[in-house]
Amino acid sequence: MTRPLINRIPWTLIVFLVLLPVPFLGSRFYTFVATDIVILSLFATSLNLLLGTTGLVTFGHAAYFSIGAYTTALLMKNLGFPFLPSWIAGGLMAAGFALVFGFFCVRLTKIYFAMLTLAFAQIVWAICFKWNDVTGGEQGLPNVPYPGLDWMEVLPLIGDLRVSDKFYYVALALVALCYAALRRITLSPFGRVLTVIRDNPERAQFIGVNVRLYELAAFMVSGAFAGLSGALFGIFNRGVFPDFAFWTKSAEPLIMTILGGMAHFWGPAVGAAALILLNQQITSYTEYWPFVLGGVLIVLLFVFPGGIVGTLTKLGRRIGGRDA
Amino acid sequence: MSALLEVRDIHTAYGQSRVLFGISLEVAPQECVCLLGRNGVGKTTTMRSIMGLTPPSSGRVTWKGKEITGWAPHRVARAGIGFVPEDRRIFAELTTWENLDVARQVAGRPGGWDIPAVYRLFPKLEELRDRPGGFLSGGEQQMLTIARTLLGNPELLLLDEPSEGLAPLVVEQLLERVLELKQKGLTILLAEQGVEFSLAVADRVYVLEKGEVRYSGSAASLRDDAALRHQLLAL
Repeated sequence: MTRPLINRIPWTLIVFLVLLPVPFLGSRFYTFVATDIVILSLFATSLNLLLGTTGLVTFGHAAYFSIGAYTTALLMKNLGFPFLPSWIAGGLMAAGFALVFGFFCVRLTKIYFAMLTLAFAQIVWAICFKWNDVTGGEQGLPNVPYPGLDWMEVLPLIGDLRVSDKFYYVALALVALCYAALRRITLSPFGRVLTVIRDNPERAQFIGVNVRLYELAAFMVSGAFAGLSGALFGIFNRGVFPDFAFWTKSAEPLIMTILGGMAHFWGPAVGAAALILLNQQITSYTEYWPFVLGGVLIVLLFVFPGGIVGTLTKLGRRIGGRDA
Repeated sequence: MSALLEVRDIHTAYGQSRVLFGISLEVAPQECVCLLGRNGVGKTTTMRSIMGLTPPSSGRVTWKGKEITGWAPHRVARAGIGFVPEDRRIFAELTTWENLDVARQVAGRPGGWDIPAVYRLFPKLEELRDRPGGFLSGGEQQMLTIARTLLGNPELLLLDEPSEGLAPLVVEQLLERVLELKQKGLTILLAEQGVEFSLAVADRVYVLEKGEVRYSGSAASLRDDAALRHQLLAL
């Protein structure tokens, strides 16, 4: 198989290396923004396994993000578990819930599927909001501890950094691993069947694909990575709150993905970076951020429907000839 | 005659619009049966009913003596019925090879068809292996669709209007391939509007009209009887 050169470049590794020096730029703020982008880009990319790869529109991805966040926070804060097993447990718990909710969701199609994902997410939100004894209710779970990062002191350069900088490296490394896994899944034969389902579910069926089963598998994998992202976000945010599960949180990765371009693996990540940086810039000038965001989305949908990455690839193709 | 596929009095509708009014037909092992009729008489719907894509509201579909009415399409496919739809669209973003590989991967049935075997049947596909499906010609897409279906190792091939929209020369090549499949012992249920293609391959013919079987008989009798042909098909 001859794959275009651009697909053979180890992008995950390159992006990882490019992002390594951020804490050495000298500003605590840069590290903060970079950590935010790195973690939320994973949330958006996990969503894109459903949206861009399988063609399933979900309005309830925040459910799995918050389940991951709460699970990890509860294990670390209340039960004193170490970070790594708590983080993995967050992903597994999100995968488990995605399996149960997805079992019902994949029985429906299109808008009904989307509405059911939203319904389940709102149930999760209601539980987070009201189950005071476990989730802390409206107050959430503040003061989620940082992972023990003392072991990093033996590392050259990094050893002397602030704890938030050290956590940035933990998040960056773990998210890079998640990206490598998601990339492999997308390009695997399993991923190709998902593409086939997106192209035409009926056609997929009569060549023998059990469409629901594949959709459920995609839903679960996607939920797992959303959970892993939420788990990191809870720690980064120094607390987990019910609005992690609220429906507006489900819109965030959708907007990021559409902004970046859902037809490309790296689209959601670019979209996450663009959205967060834009938000930082705009809110320093005006309080009407939603107004600006709405305007950006309208222009995007009408003028650049492929998102940032889609438009750039098209431009690259035009400049570099047809086979670029 | 012990039929491989037996369709008994099926009625099928798309929502409120009823299309089939009690179609019955049989296909024996290694037979090539053709559904003949103009546009809109229910040929495609009959095939979709058999596949479970549009399940019939009443009636029965029996496969090797087992009732399969209402089965999900992927189960029907895995039971050994391969469907080559009329629109013959392939997965446009995947290359020829990827189209075939997906079909091979999900086949779930053992059998003699693998990618080299379909390349032997359609050598053109091997030349086009790295081309995206969306950039294939109509005839090439038809070959790819048939090849993809064969990789599921079907015992019965449902071919829905394979010659539609293809140039005469391409239709001729396709006809040869279908005859080759028939000689290999594959059972075929064909839907066609044109008599030339169908009468060239079919053993038996069902002529459909307005969702009902108007005539059934051997292809030879229809071939030899111009008057009957004219009466049934107004040709």
